[in-house]
Amino acid sequence: MEYEIVIGLEVHSELATKSKIYCSCTTEFGGAPNTHCCPICTGMPGVLPVLNKNVVEYAVKAGLATNCTIAGYSKQDRKNYFYPDLPKAYQTSQYDLPLCKEGHIDINVDGKSKRIGITRIHIEEDAGKLIHDEWETGTLVDYNRCGVPLIEIVSEPDMRSAEEARAFLESLKAILEYTEVSDCKMQEGSLRADVNLSVRPKGQKEFGTRTEMKNLNSFRAIIRAIEAESQRQIEEIESGGTIVQETRRWDDTKGMSYTMRSKEEAHDYRYFPEPDLVPIVLEEEWVQKVKESLPELPEARKNRYISQYALPEYDAAIITSSKVLADFFEAAVSESSNSKAVSNWIMGDLMRILKDKDMEVQDIPFPGQYLAAMIDMIDKGSISGTIAKKVFEKMFQTGKDPESIVKEEGLQVVSDEGALVSVVRKVLEANPQSVSDYRSGKEKAMGFLVGQAMKETKGKANPQIINKILRDELK
Amino acid sequence: MKITKETIEHVANLARLNLSEQEKEKLTLEMASIISYVDKLNELDTEGIQPTSHVLPVQNVFREDICSQSFDRDTILSNAPSSEDGCFKVPKVVE
Amino acid sequence: MELYQLTAHELGRLIKDRKASAVEITGSLLDRIEKLDSSLESYITVCKEESLKRAQSVQDKIDRDGPVSPLAGIPMALKDNICTMGIKTTCASKMLENFVPPYDATVVKKLYNSDAILLGKLNMDEFAMGGSTENSFFKQTKNPWDLERVPGGSSGGAAASVAAHESIFSLGSDTGGSIRQPASFCGTVGLKPTYGAVSRFGLVAFASSLDQIGPLTKDITDCALVLNAICGYDSMDSTSVKTDYPDYTKALVNDVKGMKIGIPRDYLGEGLNPDVKRAVLDAAETFRRLGAEVEEFPLPITEYAIPAYYLIACAEASSNLARYDGIKYGYRAEKFTDLLDLYRQTRSEGFGNEVKRRIMLGTYALSSGYYDAYYKKALQVKTLIKKGFDEAFEKYDMVIGPTSPTTAFKIGEKAENPLEMYLVDIYTVSVNIAGLPGLVVPCGKDANGLPIGLQMIGKPFSESTLLRAGYTFEQNTEFHKNKAEI
Repeated sequence: MEYEIVIGLEVHSELATKSKIYCSCTTEFGGAPNTHCCPICTGMPGVLPVLNKNVVEYAVKAGLATNCTIAGYSKQDRKNYFYPDLPKAYQTSQYDLPLCKEGHIDINVDGKSKRIGITRIHIEEDAGKLIHDEWETGTLVDYNRCGVPLIEIVSEPDMRSAEEARAFLESLKAILEYTEVSDCKMQEGSLRADVNLSVRPKGQKEFGTRTEMKNLNSFRAIIRAIEAESQRQIEEIESGGTIVQETRRWDDTKGMSYTMRSKEEAHDYRYFPEPDLVPIVLEEEWVQKVKESLPELPEARKNRYISQYALPEYDAAIITSSKVLADFFEAAVSESSNSKAVSNWIMGDLMRILKDKDMEVQDIPFPGQYLAAMIDMIDKGSISGTIAKKVFEKMFQTGKDPESIVKEEGLQVVSDEGALVSVVRKVLEANPQSVSDYRSGKEKAMGFLVGQAMKETKGKANPQIINKILRDELK
Repeated sequence: MKITKETIEHVANLARLNLSEQEKEKLTLEMASIISYVDKLNELDTEGIQPTSHVLPVQNVFREDICSQSFDRDTILSNAPSSEDGCFKVPKVVE
Repeated sequence: MELYQLTAHELGRLIKDRKASAVEITGSLLDRIEKLDSSLESYITVCKEESLKRAQSVQDKIDRDGPVSPLAGIPMALKDNICTMGIKTTCASKMLENFVPPYDATVVKKLYNSDAILLGKLNMDEFAMGGSTENSFFKQTKNPWDLERVPGGSSGGAAASVAAHESIFSLGSDTGGSIRQPASFCGTVGLKPTYGAVSRFGLVAFASSLDQIGPLTKDITDCALVLNAICGYDSMDSTSVKTDYPDYTKALVNDVKGMKIGIPRDYLGEGLNPDVKRAVLDAAETFRRLGAEVEEFPLPITEYAIPAYYLIACAEASSNLARYDGIKYGYRAEKFTDLLDLYRQTRSEGFGNEVKRRIMLGTYALSSGYYDAYYKKALQVKTLIKKGFDEAFEKYDMVIGPTSPTTAFKIGEKAENPLEMYLVDIYTVSVNIAGLPGLVVPCGKDANGLPIGLQMIGKPFSESTLLRAGYTFEQNTEFHKNKAEI
């Protein structure tokens, strides 16, 4: 039988505020355990929370950028459960009146556009970190992350494949980066997702029983977890079993998920309105002001790149998928009239080098202007394409501008005819066969000879000059 | 609402309390009597009445997004029954 | 007269006139505590050395600059659920037996800034749950008027210490009557301020939407002085209200002419001790004689206040007390098998019976399937109670009535029946539910010579009206001059 996968995502994103949601401790990542803490975020007796203004603004920005309706009246609630990473034994979150609801994001998979619904976006606090040591008898608790503000973005169960889930997450990530709501550093846990997944025979209307996989913090893990879990569910059904509604934990090293909490242990969170925090009432005028302050979003930027710089849609989509990359592109084209070359260099060499060096876009050690300068040097003929590739590598290594690299490494093009004539003669001597091929009318041999001359000069010769000398010598 | 021993056991589990058999029996009776008294509220028709969680009309209380010095770690840990390596220590958590 | 017998404003006069020093006064109180507290048992912690040291530094300051605040050099004590940096704050619970807060509550900072001297921390019902101080893990505070009787609760230590001259004034907390009822039982003045008038930052939460810190004092003038020192907006408490807080000593005017006073008929019905009823009606008569208009009015929602109160208070408490789990601070069970057992064992051993009972009730009321029937229903009744008072205050400047149906009862008399114990809060809980200020002043004695307190209730932020009425009552009666012979 053919099955359809139904996926809904709950994405947690850390907000880019300076201080925590309810106290003034820093949100900075890392730090020695329990050094970013105070009585408030460690839940000491008698303390009270006061909401960080920017948390509301950032959440509203995220909501507006994902086409949500912003609630005029919103409140915070307590979600009660016991766990050592939660010092108050309740998480302050939002239950029935979230800040944002009923939005959507348009994604693009295999050239087809699809709209994925956003059920809601609410604010809440992060929990601490448990440090497990396999050799120890106990678990250590670090509360530095406690009280770091999060938004939880809940999607509708609108996705039907791992690819769609990935596209949704990529779009969402780009939006959060563009709006500067979150830095979305997945390796630091700033963006993580829970996956709700069920399968059903193709054509069936009702959803199957779903499982929830917790805290996946890389795109790769999410894709693999979706593939493995859908496979597991299909096999379970095929073998006559039934799916149990449960929370599962994905083990990325083993490539499989396992039951975290059984149904009997199903949580009864006893939500109720947080009495220590007062309602959030947003005036339409204020929301409008936030809306006007939103920067150009990825979709709009993509369309602009297509029309303004004549980029192919695919290239435009890749470049705008990351704000840092798009900004890099923008910086380059601001100083270069050759936007096509800028895009090609980014799509080609830049992407390859990032991949080879296992670097993120934000790790590029030089500004986009340097790429523009390099392209300009190629266009003016002061370096060859081959040399440019070397220069580009060097720019990644040193962060230096291309002119300095060319100067320091002596990579300038040699255009001095006198110096090049001897090189050309040497090449002609060494390749009598090609000389005679050319003379017998095979134009192709010329290309070979130019290549040999370029090789001899380690790519530094001006190919036009070489060409001219060759033709003169072979007359 | 009828309070049974099972109700008490369920609620005690949610509240993370261990109760002896004797405590369970006693609490079953006491809770039953309190709950049946509390059920008195059902005499009141509250259809369409807005619940009030905040009695005073205060809203939009925010703090500016400004960091200040966190507490000294030793102070944060000073009341902990067990700590190690700058962390609170608990029995091994099995996930 | 001994120094410890005086009021804050009397002592303030002596300090100003250089007739007594902060050190002498503090010494007088410490001697009194040393002599008396082994039998009265109102203190959990006495900070003898710190208070003398502080008294000396305050006196040095007074010698240098004169007394800047009316409370400068005045010894006071705090209910043990108000956090004091470096001084144990136990909530009278085994759970927090050794808890030393790393910070001061806002009210503590304010009192220190006023140069008041902290004598120590006062006994209470565990986590402020109870009306007799019988639920303390540590000791049984006695009523200074009769040592076989309870001082009331939960601020029993706070009321008893003031009534027995072991402190000049104290701070208590009031969630359902916990300042007013012990004030009534011990014959002191007690004020539960408007919700939001005094910062809760540093008050260990029982029920966040109801809790409020307030003063217990020997007379109304002291009450106004202490209220001046502790009230005001606090950016650390989101429920703190930004408004103009007046100088409450300006309200100390002997005049109630033309004041409109209502007495809820439902506060005078079945279950009210006849002596208490007579004292309240006599007080009404006194106000009438002094030129106020007094009349009875119906407030039928009263009988629903107790069930609504216990649902709201216990639900919030079940959440507020979940943090006591043996991990970050406080008690941890010695024996446990794993993490889950650590939680359960710690909480079962660390909490007393009444606390566990309320956690159970609150957890039940919030649990899946019962939220609408209990918690939500209680919040709807809250709306009705507030409405009932709003309507009353359209007609009256102030509402008066009894504080408690009885006077102080014998230790152990009601300990066996929790529900019966809950019912005695009938006249006090509505004030918390509606967030109103409530002031208690002594207004008589019962046949056994035990004090009776008159409760005066005002609209939000009308503390001045209550203080003015209380002051007028005090100036025209002798009740506040009766002191426990101990």
